[in-house]
Parts: sequence; structure tokens; C-alpha cells
Amino acid sequence: MSKTNMTRRGVLKTGAIAGAGVALPTIFTASSAAAYTNEPTGSSVTLGFNVPQTGPYADEGADELRAYQLAVEHLNGEGDGGMMNTFSSKELQGNGILGKKVEFVTGDTQTKSDAARASAKSMIEKDGAVMITGGSSSGVAIAVQGLCQEAGVIFMAGLTHSNDTTGKDKKANGFRHFFNGYMSGAALAPVLQNLYGSDRNAYHLTADYTWGWTQEESIKAATEALGWNTVNAVKTPLAATDFSSYIAPVLNSGADVLVLNHYGGNMVNSLTNAVQFGLRDKVVNGKNFEIVVPLYSRLMAKGAGENVKGIHGSTNWHWSLQDDASKAFVKSFGTKYGFPPSQAAHTVYCQTLLYADAATRAGTFNPCGIAEALEGFEFDGLGNGPTLYRAEDHQCFKDVLVVRGKENPTSEFDLLEVVEVTPAAQVTYAPDHPMFAGGALGECNPGA
Amino acid sequence: MLGLNKKDTSLMILVAVLALCAPFILNPFPEGSAMAQFNAGYPDLMQRFVIFGIFAIGFNILFGLTGYLSFGHAAFLGVGSYSVVWMYKLLNYNILPGLVLSVLTAGLFALLIGYVSLRRSGIYFSILTLAFAQMSFNLAYSVLTPITNGETGLQVYTNDAQIFLGDGPTSPHLFGIVMNKSADLNIGAWEFTFNNGYYFCAIVMLVMFYLSIRIFRSPFGMMLRAIKSNQTRLNYTGLNPRPYALAAFVISGMYAGLAGGLMASMDPLAGAERMQWTASGEVVLMTILGGTGTLIGPVLGAGFIKYFENIFSKINDTILHQWFAFLPDGLENFMVFIVHPFIGKGWHLTLGILFMLVVIFLPGGLVEGGQRLKRAFGGKDAGKDKPDASTEPAE
Repeated sequence: MSKTNMTRRGVLKTGAIAGAGVALPTIFTASSAAAYTNEPTGSSVTLGFNVPQTGPYADEGADELRAYQLAVEHLNGEGDGGMMNTFSSKELQGNGILGKKVEFVTGDTQTKSDAARASAKSMIEKDGAVMITGGSSSGVAIAVQGLCQEAGVIFMAGLTHSNDTTGKDKKANGFRHFFNGYMSGAALAPVLQNLYGSDRNAYHLTADYTWGWTQEESIKAATEALGWNTVNAVKTPLAATDFSSYIAPVLNSGADVLVLNHYGGNMVNSLTNAVQFGLRDKVVNGKNFEIVVPLYSRLMAKGAGENVKGIHGSTNWHWSLQDDASKAFVKSFGTKYGFPPSQAAHTVYCQTLLYADAATRAGTFNPCGIAEALEGFEFDGLGNGPTLYRAEDHQCFKDVLVVRGKENPTSEFDLLEVVEVTPAAQVTYAPDHPMFAGGALGECNPGA
Repeated sequence: MLGLNKKDTSLMILVAVLALCAPFILNPFPEGSAMAQFNAGYPDLMQRFVIFGIFAIGFNILFGLTGYLSFGHAAFLGVGSYSVVWMYKLLNYNILPGLVLSVLTAGLFALLIGYVSLRRSGIYFSILTLAFAQMSFNLAYSVLTPITNGETGLQVYTNDAQIFLGDGPTSPHLFGIVMNKSADLNIGAWEFTFNNGYYFCAIVMLVMFYLSIRIFRSPFGMMLRAIKSNQTRLNYTGLNPRPYALAAFVISGMYAGLAGGLMASMDPLAGAERMQWTASGEVVLMTILGGTGTLIGPVLGAGFIKYFENIFSKINDTILHQWFAFLPDGLENFMVFIVHPFIGKGWHLTLGILFMLVVIFLPGGLVEGGQRLKRAFGGKDAGKDKPDASTEPAE
């Protein structure tokens, strides 16, 4: 009998020790003492710039990083101030954000969702970043946006063109300045109709991930509304570098327009393959064969060289625009780096300024305060004309440029010419448009 | 203790102490100092250390014991991740059902792939596993998009079923213990972070490490070693080695599935790139770098590679300029120019050079480096190990 008693005491003892062990962590200060994740307490505030430095979008990533560094200089009052001087909101004084000096950390997304999240996590957990920005691929942008929502920091999307970023996958802590696939379709369709008529057979080659899918869907919808017929749509892997096996079937398909839903290195390779196959010299159904690249950038035009001449596409911004803001930005970027900025550089520069401005107007770095300041914010003077940050889906609405590869470039940067500026009203859609339905912003999350 | 001999017990205790005190060990530099750049004691990286540790321990059971070099283990990692995220989507954010499912599905996968691949040995086996893994990767990336969500990666949406969610936490948890919650301890200028998720992974890793010691020391382990040393001789003695090799393959596949499941338990997203051949190659590197066939080697190798990937890739030119700021301007720029290719996106280069050095000068991996150090400084103590080890191969 005494033996059982001993055992029970033993059990009690063990229980007490285990209880103490469980209670032990409570002596530590819980992380939730702060009002929100990574509240900056010192004299500086840290931003996280998460861009692809390797992989198919590395060129865009490198240009984004340059623009981020320029934006940080301007925010801290160094350099010539760039677009801070033309921005319609005059809150930014060049003394950092809310008097705190802006510092930054960088990371490599490798154009992979996993690596991008790991890099963003280390910025949040280790470096105390209060805002994450970047991404040159919609897959990555969506993955990092989800992470920022969970962690309770703001995500200012960089180069992401998929409808899903502010559609199905939209998040309360995520904001996008860049335009999207739907807008490209809406802006391109009238131009294509004028140029190529309304009786065409289109063949799509599409990068096989969220951006490619939604862009293909958008362009299909816009062109089919004109009366075009879609012959076929073929998905190509993002990692592909040779597209000849995808181009050959186009010749026998009876199509007379090839739509390349590719970006970055993909587009450079697929366009080069298509031109090498002589597609542009072909006459099909009594019409000249045409190639369309819905999302265009100068970096891609540079990579594809001669092949881009006369090819149409859309872009968010181009350095040859003649408004004061664009000129100021091109000047300060050109002075620092010796060449004009790409659209990727422009959008991330704007995003950094918009974040800083929102924090200043809100008087806090709290993600919820910043979200409130950005929602429904109307501004001008950032190179795109009057722009609205829509509250319903955190998407910017502004003019879209339709561009064409220049026939006679005057310099190695002068590769695209603006054909038409499509007004914002023409590319605006309802927040519950079927292509964007299915998601919800949810509640803003300050973390902690 | 626990059926281990004295030497294994002390190794087990060493690993346990290292794992449980990691938040202190990995944060040796005070916050805000220039060296804080090299601190690795933040939750995400610590979780990666132990998760890839589990992955490498499992891989070592196959490669270290039987000598079968699989180039397709990342497939099981991916399968594990997808299983866990699907359990989040269907049930709720409790990680336990997902982890159980991830081990089971990975085991099933390993059984299928192993059954086919183990018909060949040597390089043919490696190529077969590589082919299966790339096949799984490409399927996950394109054809199986409804199950895997393609390149975007599988994640939980607000409109998913989640039938048991109720008022429970909205991020991964174990019966209410939320994985991404941490407690901070500030001592002077130092800040130490104790993360729930990390400790969960660390405990799982210790259990898995214990299991691997038991396998290494069991008659089954001896059988696997026999396959490595001479399979033909084993055949002549009338034993069929294939069931043993298959069992080892399935066990190591289950380890990989568990590691993949844990990755999704810490961060509720599963991407197809987890299954790519580079991920399979990484675990081979980890094992070789740490020391093939040793107990602790794979864990060390995993830590080493993940440290480089996460710490060196984040050093940029601005930080370099700060380091060399004390030098005259010209010299400062020159130093930055010299070091630049080895940091940031050049971390692969640094890792590659170190890997070459280890393989050339320490063929037994980091463990051999440790043993040499011990022999150089430890004197007698290390001398005892040697004859003991050399008596083992009785050929």
C-alpha cells in the first residue's frame, strides 16, 4: 500500500515540476507588448526590398533595386528629390519617414515562392522590417502578400500584372500600383482593332502560372469582343528557354496573330524564336501575320533587339513621357545610374513614396493606419496622371500606355514609342468583375 | 539510457542541448552591433535548420547505410507539404492530422517509387529516382494544378471548407499552441527569441534523431550496411537484399515527408519548386558536407548550407561599405569590389568553394574535421576511438 502512496506523490511531484516548466515561458516578455509588428522604436525605420536577383526576371529585379535605393535617398533628403517635388501630396519633407531615417535590407526571391517567403520572413523576424515590397513575378507577389498579411506588415507589390494579385488573392495588407492583365486587354483591344481589323484568328502562347493565365483570359475576352477568334492557347513552362517546339505548330494552325503572354527572359526567347521562324513575313488568310506582346517593357525590348520593331503591347509607364514628374524621375535616375529607368523601377519608386506618404499622413507605421490612409487615396504627379488607390481591392487606377517597338531607334534606350494613352476610365472595372471575383480583402492585420 | 550505449547517449544529449539552446547559441552578437548580421537565431532560420536536419537524417538512413544515392527525395518533401496544406483547407489549422497524413502519403509514394527504382542499383537507381522526382515536379507544376495550384503554390483561402475551424486560431497550431507565436528574452543588448514552432520542430527532430540512432545500431541497420559493403556476397548467402533496401527507402521517404509537412506547418504554403531537382541535390550536398554515414553529420551539413543561403545572400554592397568604412576611399572600394562576387546573389559561389574544400581536404565531411580537431587537441581521448572504429569492418 505504502508503495502506491509513494507513486502518487511521485506523480504529484512530477506534475508540479511539469507545471512550473509550462509556466516558465510567461516570465519572458511576450512579443505582443508592441502595438503592431516591428514597431520602430529607435531613430530609424527599416524597409525590406525583396526582388529577384537570379532567375528569369533578374534584369527587372536589378532595376527595381536601383529605384528603391534612389527612393530611400530622396526620402532621407539626399539627391535632388526626384518625384517628391512633383507628387501632389506635399507631406514628405526629406527627413525620412515621420522623422525616422529610412534604412533598408535586401533579399533574393530567386523568382520562387518558397525562397521569396523565406527571404521576406527573415526581413520581418530578423531585421525588423515594417514594410515589405518587391516581387517581379505574380506567383511570388501573391505568396509574399499572403505572408505579410499573416505577419502583420504592409506589402507594397512591385511588378505584378496578374489579375489575381488584387482579385482572387487580394489581401487587406497588400497594395498594388502596377496595372493588370484586364487593363492591358482593355487598352490594347481598340488599338488592335484599328490596326488589324476585327476578323482575325489568334494563337496564344502563355507562361504557365497565375499571371499568364489571367492575362490570357483578359486578352481573349477583350479580343473576342472585337470579333476575333481564338484558335488555340498553349501553356509554356516558366523555366523554358527554347520555344521553337511551341512556335512550329502555330504555322499550321491557320492563325494570323500570335499573342505572346510572356514576360522578361521568356518573352525575349519566344519572340526571337517566332521571328527566326519567319512568322512576321508570312501571309495567312490573305492578311499579314502579326505578333502582339500584351505586357511590354524596355528591358525586354532591349533583350529582343531588332525583333521588337513594329510589335505592339501595353506598359505601365515609359521614360519618354513628357510630363514633369516623369522628366524629374528620369533625370534623377539617369544622373545616378547613367541610363533611363524601366517601368519596374518606376512602379517600385512610386510604391515606396506612396508608403512613406501614407505613413506620414496617418502619423504611424501601424499597418491599419497606413491601409486607411492609402484606401481611396487620389494623387497625381507620379508620372501616370491622376490616379486612384481603390479602397475595394487596393488596386491603382490610372492611364495605360499602348506602345510599339520603334522602327528607327535613335539610341540604345529609345526602343519603344507611345502609340496611345488609354484613359483610366476606359480600363476601370467593377470590383466584383468576374475575372476578379472569388477573394476577399479580409481585415487589416497589425500583427502582434 | 533508452536502449543506447554510453557513447550514443552522450551524442543524443549533445544534440538535445544544442537544439534546445539554439536561440542562445545562434545569437552570439548583440543587437545593433555590426556583427549582428551574422546572427542566425531568428525563428524562420532556426526552423529551417531542424527541418532540413530531419530531411538529411532520413536521407542518410538510405544513402549512408545502404549506399543507394537517391536524387529524388525532394518529391517526398513536396508531397508532405501538399498533404498538410490540404488538411488545413479541409479540416482546420491543427497541424497534427496533416503531419500524420504527410508521413503516410510520403511513405506510400516512396513504396511505389522505391519498388520500381530499386530494381536497379548504382547510377541507374539515381537516374530513376531523379526521373520520378522531376516527373512529380512537372505534374505538380502544370497538369495537377487543381490539386497543387501550380506555380502560385497551394495556400489556404477564406472560402475553403475548413469544417472544424470554428473559433480556433487562423494560423497553424497544435491544439491551440500557435506555431508563429514567440516569447522574447532581453538580456542587456542581446535579444533571444523563443518560438513555439521552432521548439515543436526541435522536439520532433530529437525524436527522429533517436529513431535514427536505433536504426543505425539495430540488426536491421547491420543488414543495410551489408548491402552497402557487398551486395553480391549477400545474394550468395541466400539473403534477398531488396526488401531491406525498400524498407530503408520507405523510411527515409517518410522522414522527408515529415520534413515537408513541418515546413508547411511553420508556413502554410506549399510550392512545386520544393520538388525540383535542385532541392533533391541540396540534401545530397548536406549529407556529404556533414559526413555520410555518421549520425550527426547530416544535421551539421543542413545547418551549414541553410546558414549560407539565408545569411550570406542578404549581405549587400551597402553593408560591405560599412564594414570597410575605416579604410581609405580607394582601398574601401577595392575591398568591396573583391568581396562583392561572394556575397548577395553570389552566395552559391562561396558555398561551392567551401564545398570543394571540404570534399577535397575532409572527405569525411565536417564530422571528420571535428574528429581531427579532437585528435589534435584532445590527445588520449580521441586516440581511444580509433582502434574501436577500425575493428568494425571484419572482412
